[in-house]
Amino acid sequence: MSGALPISVLPPQAAAGESDSLLTLRAAPQTHVTVRGLSKSFAGKPLYTNFNLDLPRARIVSIFGPNGCGKSTLMNMIAGLVPLDAGEILFDGKSLKDTKIGYVFQNYRDALFPWITAWDNIAYPLRRGGMKEADVRARVEALVKLFEIRFDLQRYPYELSGGQMQTVCIMRSMATEPEVLFLDEPFSALDFEMTLFIRAKLQEAHLATGTTMVIVSHDLEDAVFLADRILLLTRRPTRIAELVSFEMARPRLPEAVADPEFVRVKAHTLEVFRREMNA
Amino acid sequence: MSKVLKLDRRWLPLLGPLLLFALWQLLISAQFVKPVLLPPPGATLAHMASVFASGAIFGDLWATIFRTLCSFGIATVIGVPLGVMLGSSEAAYRSVEFLIDFFRSTPSSALIPLFLLIFGITDINKIAIASFGAMLIVLFNSAYGVMNAKKTRVMAAQIMGVSKWHVFKDVMLMESLAQTFVGLRSAVSMALVIVIVAEMFIGSENGLGHRIIDAQQVFNVKEMYCSILVTGALGYLLNLLFLLIEKKLIHWSGKA
Repeated sequence: MSGALPISVLPPQAAAGESDSLLTLRAAPQTHVTVRGLSKSFAGKPLYTNFNLDLPRARIVSIFGPNGCGKSTLMNMIAGLVPLDAGEILFDGKSLKDTKIGYVFQNYRDALFPWITAWDNIAYPLRRGGMKEADVRARVEALVKLFEIRFDLQRYPYELSGGQMQTVCIMRSMATEPEVLFLDEPFSALDFEMTLFIRAKLQEAHLATGTTMVIVSHDLEDAVFLADRILLLTRRPTRIAELVSFEMARPRLPEAVADPEFVRVKAHTLEVFRREMNA
Repeated sequence: MSKVLKLDRRWLPLLGPLLLFALWQLLISAQFVKPVLLPPPGATLAHMASVFASGAIFGDLWATIFRTLCSFGIATVIGVPLGVMLGSSEAAYRSVEFLIDFFRSTPSSALIPLFLLIFGITDINKIAIASFGAMLIVLFNSAYGVMNAKKTRVMAAQIMGVSKWHVFKDVMLMESLAQTFVGLRSAVSMALVIVIVAEMFIGSENGLGHRIIDAQQVFNVKEMYCSILVTGALGYLLNLLFLLIEKKLIHWSGKA
C-alpha cells in the first residue's frame, strides 16, 4: 500500500504491524552491518519482532543480555547459521553470500579439524579458496607473526592446550581477511590466564586489521573489556535495551579493569542488565 | 624392586593364557575329563607345531584367509560408499533402517539355506554370505559415522564458504572414518565367523572350518583342538592388524 508512494513521503517508522526495511529506516553513518525488520520465533513464541540494528564499521561490538534473550541466536542469524523468519541483513549493502565472514566457536575442540595439523587448519580456507601454495604460506606466516605464535603449528589440534587451540581457531577465521568476524563466547571454555592472552591477541589483530568484530559474551567484564559498543538486550521478546559506548584507547592492558572509565561503564551496563533481568 | 615389577607388567598379558593352559592340564590330571575328549595342552601344542612344520595346515589356513579377505574386500567396497551415501541423507537412511537392522539382527548362518538355493554348493556361496554379513556391519557403521559428524565442524567449513562437495569430502567423510574403522574391524571378525561356519556346513574340501569338522567326525581330538586354536589365533591377529592400521591412519580417534 505505502509501497506505491514516493520514498520522500514514507513515514520514518513503519506503520504498526509492518516491518522496517532500509527504505523506511536508513542506516546510521559509519555502519557496516544493517539489520532491518528481523523476526524470529521459536515454537510459536516470538524471540525477535521487527528488530533493527546498525553495527559500526571497524569496531568491536559485544552482545550482552539476560539468559535466553537470544544473544547467540542474533549473532548466528547475522552470520547465516540460523535462518530468519523475516527481515533483511546487509553487509555494506551486500548480502551475506557476497561477504567474507569469519566465525570463532565457543567449542574450539569441535571446530578444528583433528585430522590435519594446526598449520593446515589455518591454511584450509585459503587452499579451498583457490589461493596458490606460495601465497598460502606467506599468509599463514603473516598470521604467525601477528599472533606471535611460539608453539609448534605442525602438531595436531588435539596435542595443543585449550588456549592454543582457540588461538588457532581465531587465526583460521582471520586467514581469509574477513570483513566481519563473529566470536561466540570465545573465552568461556578457557582459564583466566588464557583469557587474558586471547584478549590481548584479539586486540592486536583488531588494531592491525581493523576488522569489524561481534562478540557474544556471558561475562560482563569480557563483554566490556574488548568492546567499543556494548549492545544490551532485554528479556524476550527481545529489543535493544541500550547501546553503550566505551571509548578507551587501545591496546587496553589487563590493568584497564581498574580504570575509572572502565569501572563506570561496567557499573552502568550492570545496572541496565539488572533492570532488564527484573523487568 | 620396581624394575622387576616393570618387567612383570610387560608380561602380564601372557598370564591369562598360561592360567588357561594350567587349568586345562589340571582338568586332565584330576581326571575330570577323559583324554579321548580333551587331549593334554602339551600334546595339542606339539601337534600344532608338527602340522606347521610339515606344512599340512597351510592349504586350509590359506583357503580360510583367502575367503575371509575376499568377503571383507567385497563388504568394504560396497558397504563404505553405500553407508556414506545413506548417512549423508538422514531421510534415505531412515527409509532403509528397518531392513538394515533386521538383517543385522538375523544370524547370517540362518540365511545359509537361502544362499545355497541361489549360489549352490560353491566357493562363491561361502564368500557371498560372508560378504553379506560383513557388509551390513560396514554399512551401518559408515552411515552412523557420517550422521554423527560434529555439527560445529560442518558449520565451521560452511561458514568459510566452502562448496557443499568439499564440506562433504573434507569434513563429513573424514569425520566418519573413525566409526568406519570400528565397522571394518568388526566386519573382518564377522567375515571369519561366517566363513568358518560355511566351511563346516556347506560341502567344503578345504578351510579351517572343514578341518575342524573333519577331525571331529573321525574323533581326532588333537587335530580338532589344534585347528580351533589356529582359528582363534587367526581371528585375534586379524583384529590386532586392524587395530594397528587404525591407530596409524586414524590418529585422532578418541582424542577429538
